[in-house]
Amino acid sequence: MKIGVFVCHCGSNIAGTVDTAKVAEAARQMPEVAFATDTMYACSEPGQAGVVQAVKEHGLDGVVVASCTPRMHELTFRRTLERAGLNRYMFEMANIREHVSWIGKDMQANTRKATDLVGIAVEKLRRDKPLTAKKFDICKRVMVIGGGVAGIQAALDMAEGGLEVVLVERSATIGGKMAKLDKTFPTVDCSSCILGPKMVDVSQHPNITLYAYSEVESVSGFVGNFDVKVRRKARYVNWEACTGCGLCMEKCPSKKAKDDFNEQIGTTTAINIPSPQAIPKKAKIDPEFCRQFTKGKCGVCAKICPSGAIEYDQQDEVVGEKVGAIIAATGFDLFDYTRYGEYGGGRYPDVITSIQYERMLSASGPTGGHIKRPSDSKEPKSIVFVQCVGSRDKSIGRPYCSGFCCMYTAKQAILTKDHIPDSQSYVFYMDIRAPGKNYDEFTRRGMEEYGTQYIRGRVSMIYPQGDKYIVRGADTLLGTQVEVEADLVVLAVGAESSKGSPELAEKLRISYDAYGFFMESHPKLKPVETNTAGVYLAGSCQGPKDIPSSVGQGSAAAAKVLSLFSRSQLESDPQVSMVDIKRCIGCGKCIATCPFGAIEAIDFRGQPKAQVIETVCQGCGICTATCPQGAIQLQHFTDNQILAEVNALCQQALEVNFE
Amino acid sequence: MQVIKISHSKNTDFMAQVERESGQNLSLCYQCGNCTAGCPYTFVYDIPVSKIMRLLQTGQKDAVLSCHSIWLCATCESCTTRCPNDIDVARIMDVLRHMARREGRVAERTVKVFWDEFLNSVRKHGRAFELGIVASYVGKTGRFWTDMELGPKALLKGKLAFKPHDIKGKQEVAKIFERFKEEYGG
Amino acid sequence: MNLAPKYAYYPGCSGQSTSSEYEVSTRAVCRALGLELAEIPDWSCCGSTPAHTVDHVLSAALAARNLVLAKEAGFDTVVTPCPSCLTNLKTAVHRMEDPDFMDKVNKLLDRPFHGGVQVKSVLQVIFEDIGPARLKAMVKKPLSGLRLAPYYGCIMNRPPDVMQFDDPENPISIDKLMEALGAEVAPFPLKVECCGASFGVARKDVVTQLSGKLLQMAETVEAQAFVTACPLCQMNLDLRQGQVNMAAKTKHNLPVFYYTQLIGVALGLAETDLGLDKLIVSPRGILARIGQKQPAAANQ
Repeated sequence: MKIGVFVCHCGSNIAGTVDTAKVAEAARQMPEVAFATDTMYACSEPGQAGVVQAVKEHGLDGVVVASCTPRMHELTFRRTLERAGLNRYMFEMANIREHVSWIGKDMQANTRKATDLVGIAVEKLRRDKPLTAKKFDICKRVMVIGGGVAGIQAALDMAEGGLEVVLVERSATIGGKMAKLDKTFPTVDCSSCILGPKMVDVSQHPNITLYAYSEVESVSGFVGNFDVKVRRKARYVNWEACTGCGLCMEKCPSKKAKDDFNEQIGTTTAINIPSPQAIPKKAKIDPEFCRQFTKGKCGVCAKICPSGAIEYDQQDEVVGEKVGAIIAATGFDLFDYTRYGEYGGGRYPDVITSIQYERMLSASGPTGGHIKRPSDSKEPKSIVFVQCVGSRDKSIGRPYCSGFCCMYTAKQAILTKDHIPDSQSYVFYMDIRAPGKNYDEFTRRGMEEYGTQYIRGRVSMIYPQGDKYIVRGADTLLGTQVEVEADLVVLAVGAESSKGSPELAEKLRISYDAYGFFMESHPKLKPVETNTAGVYLAGSCQGPKDIPSSVGQGSAAAAKVLSLFSRSQLESDPQVSMVDIKRCIGCGKCIATCPFGAIEAIDFRGQPKAQVIETVCQGCGICTATCPQGAIQLQHFTDNQILAEVNALCQQALEVNFE
Repeated sequence: MQVIKISHSKNTDFMAQVERESGQNLSLCYQCGNCTAGCPYTFVYDIPVSKIMRLLQTGQKDAVLSCHSIWLCATCESCTTRCPNDIDVARIMDVLRHMARREGRVAERTVKVFWDEFLNSVRKHGRAFELGIVASYVGKTGRFWTDMELGPKALLKGKLAFKPHDIKGKQEVAKIFERFKEEYGG
Repeated sequence: MNLAPKYAYYPGCSGQSTSSEYEVSTRAVCRALGLELAEIPDWSCCGSTPAHTVDHVLSAALAARNLVLAKEAGFDTVVTPCPSCLTNLKTAVHRMEDPDFMDKVNKLLDRPFHGGVQVKSVLQVIFEDIGPARLKAMVKKPLSGLRLAPYYGCIMNRPPDVMQFDDPENPISIDKLMEALGAEVAPFPLKVECCGASFGVARKDVVTQLSGKLLQMAETVEAQAFVTACPLCQMNLDLRQGQVNMAAKTKHNLPVFYYTQLIGVALGLAETDLGLDKLIVSPRGILARIGQKQPAAANQ
């Protein structure tokens, strides 16, 4: 075998603390190395051309590149090898940047470690075999989890592109947070007027199947061939029959049910349709408040329903869906402000959240678009907005900026002036974060044209005095403590990850951060991909986002799926396990241990044997560690290869010790 | 207004000393003003507490150690409890008093005298003897009218002991003060 | 009920004079509740606020002498009625978890401290060991008709990571105990707002301003009296109420009880054990009305 070694400078990234020429020189002494050199940027066009040229000139059979992490450029160099006429798996990468130059400054020690890593790679490459990928068919259906604006956008784009889409939504209506908003910034156009038509499109599109009031139960399979189980929660109403006429809501005697859509401003009936714009516009029963369930008798809705849709004995139902790709668009939840005891911790009726205020501003909301204090229904004249409630606060584990609160607060203050012209709004803020198009102009307009009084400082406490509230804060620009008398206080609650998102991430086998937001594959260059092939992200499930960004990501994720499905077949990774049928004793331990169900039992001339389903195997290697016979081997990572790597390292260490 | 030439007057030794003695990282403060907002004493401060934090971040030793605010802080812990960055602001205020004392800077003399007389009483008797503290405070400050009207009220109710209660181990307590003086020169 | 005492008791200096009624009522109530307290022999001052404003090692050493005495007497828990003492003792324990700091403290002490002692307020012990439900069952004279402003003071529960008891912004232990006694608890929003602390002598203006706010708020929420757990708060609100009235031209006349006094009244303990006669603003009027259904505020 003739091996070529290329030691990359990565500019000064590596060469600054590793003597790359010396590493190349050492590599020339390694077994079967026919050519070794150092190179400025191995990944650059001339760098790659140098590799191709060396392969041809020296008749190389395999290549080692010592540079950065394989996550960055393994694919790049595999393609280079193919251009040079070699099998792409006759390539090894030694990571001398993240593992060496970036973590230590001692040139001598770094050079020695880089040489060791190159030595290991050479020993592995000596035992590499050419591998060929297999092709498999893909299921060109896609699932979108979450029916907020990001999920809606993704679903519509893909449905328009001819894909069959299954949209799963946890609550009883799609629309997400945006459907609850009165107006949107910075254009102040009506949220439901611009979202409503898209929601209707979802319900009417022939390519979209909508499972509302449903949750993903389990996910198995792999890119191109996922099997998803969806739990359709009992609604106690047959949605095939329900026409959404609303007669049941008029007659339902239980009127104290929680009104989630209206954020608990007021209550709703035990059988309810979340809002007049709901999609699907179907009724469901909340058994916690329904007299038929709590008292065992009532039956009013069943009697009144003109289409006989009420089914008190309905059960949850689990349906299976086969899809080739999944987009997670599960959005965000709002910070629980009751953790701030100094703001009343939920004890003061007229200290409300921004989303509750939004429902109050909405003409279709519980107050019919009139701003009223919850305590006495009076119209407030002095309204205080408090920013960063649950944002940029390390002490409660929320150090991040939620990104959109500055803007929605500016909008709410402007709308307040429109609703109540003789009102005065105050905004306590730390910094105004308005970096979007026309955003800063918008917040300025709030101050200049609508007279919103901005006060730069945090609020330390809120307490009632008579029928008013004292909001005690600081004005750090004045440099002192200030107090504002308020009739109503609106807390700009920050965003946190959607409830249950870590559990969903685990089902999807994708990563999530310390706060439960899903991790993208690369923060700059792969914002809607995940590290699991075939699973994509859109919207605030990845981190707080405003509407334009969420819509943009919805479309981006849709485009990724459309491009994935533009091929008729996908290639599987050949780095999978293989059974040496002569050594296999058919004990079945590998079958039991495989987390992906990728190994099956076969009958081979009357003997039980194990066989790997190549397209299902993820190459994790658990089976190879389990097999008592060493009969099952992971291609490209065989026991012999790993032992050769260890030997290479240990021999060198011995030499160093005897020096 | 005074122009601060930061590159000349930034005292990094002072900043490091405050951080060391208080165990707090000054750069955690992002000047939200929450400490000033919650401080019940802002109305008597010459420099609000968030500005003291800012002066510390810019190393303005003289301004900080000569201010009145550090003597008027009651360690009520509002700032510490509510700081979004978990800074123990009250502890920093304590440390600034320690430093001001060591440098002999006392912007609120009556406050310092009262605290000193309290500790003198503890040093002498092992416990605080309230009537004695007030008497020596009045003696030191010449403020003869201090709480004059309260004395009879409290005495009538039998709430003020006339004589100090000396504990048996008062020498042990006195030795704590002596050793403190030897160790730290306090 | 004659169990061996579970707790070492640290009375605090003010209990010997200005808050003697807190001291006697605490002892009487604990006795009645079966909480045996063993006074720390020859205890000394914890250093209070003045010590920690001078130096943290000195402050911890003054506190630690008492912790050592308690440990030597065989106790691992020290209880004290006074929040100021509580803060000093608890902060000393907290800071001495750092071995370097403990070494510095021990250099000042005759006999060194080696840990193994925790500190609680008497309030915490009554709330956790007895609890409102058991207390309610023992009530002989319900405090019905009495509307109280519960005032905890600034340092009974703060900072929360040191004090480790009740809520730092909206503590409820006194509320629950008073409700168990049959009293009505007004929603008092300034439960943890500082009263002016020990500035009464050196800066009376500070105390009249801050305590004035508290008195004003108590009247706004139509309370007939304060209930407190802190000698300094009680003194500022009660003894200095006249000074507040002078400074702000107000006519407050609100009795300021220790919570232990009210527990004692409800348990039917002897008046002489509760020190009610030591309160400056006389509680006679409203105590006489206890048991009458209507809160007096509603009649005005």
